[in-house]
Amino acid sequence: MSAKMETALKQVRGLGSAREGARHWWHERVSALASLILSGWFIVSLLRLPAYDRGTIVEWLGSPLAAVPMALLVITTFWHLKMGVIVVIEDYVHEEGSKLFWVTLVNFLAILGAGLALFALFKIAVTGSAA
Amino acid sequence: MHRNPSRPLSPHLSIWRWGPHMLVSILHRVTGSGLALAAALLVWWLVAAATGAEAYATFTSVMGWLTGTGAPEGAVGWILYAIGVIIGVGLVWAFFQHTLSGLRHFVMDIGAGYELRTNRTWAVMTIVGSLLLTALFWAWILFGRGA
Repeated sequence: MSAKMETALKQVRGLGSAREGARHWWHERVSALASLILSGWFIVSLLRLPAYDRGTIVEWLGSPLAAVPMALLVITTFWHLKMGVIVVIEDYVHEEGSKLFWVTLVNFLAILGAGLALFALFKIAVTGSAA
Repeated sequence: MHRNPSRPLSPHLSIWRWGPHMLVSILHRVTGSGLALAAALLVWWLVAAATGAEAYATFTSVMGWLTGTGAPEGAVGWILYAIGVIIGVGLVWAFFQHTLSGLRHFVMDIGAGYELRTNRTWAVMTIVGSLLLTALFWAWILFGRGA
């Protein structure tokens, strides 16, 4: 590309925003608040558990009052971390090709992680301590 | 980006004197990135619990390493022990630091806490708070239940 005799500001003026900034910003806050509440529940629950052996954990996660907040914690945490890591990538990876690669990779890994955790919770819920 | 290099950029990191607010800002990113990696541990824990006794035993042996249980033997043992404790304590600290600086962001999002002294105070408080909460958390895990 030939060098343009324009400032960076001149080139973007009139194009408007990408129209996604405000939504991304808001989703970061909503997922942060949800993760804050749920991780608070998680830490208190962990500290109150009598032991951390598999039997205790499976029995605990077999209860709806533990399984549902845990599933929600997985969803909000992976939602939040996906957005956060993507902001970091967008700030430090400047080449468009590698930016696309890393953003896509983080999206895939976040969905994979959440999917694995949710299926594990589902299996514990339906098979219980018999597994 | 087509930028005319002869035109000045607005002042960036290198020109400002370091202060607690800058430390807390970059720590929010660093701890957030670290916690994103640590989310794999949460997934591993749930998958191991769903898989079976053997898979769960593998997970707990790694978590035992991260919580510094067991007596290290030899030079390599001590190095591994130290690494495990650093990661284990570091992850808990990262969680509390990210949570507290996130709460600070909530306050600043509503437009409050930008006065220089207030801003500085609360930046420092997130660091003090995260260290205190980390100490309390590990004290409870190691001594709290009388184990």
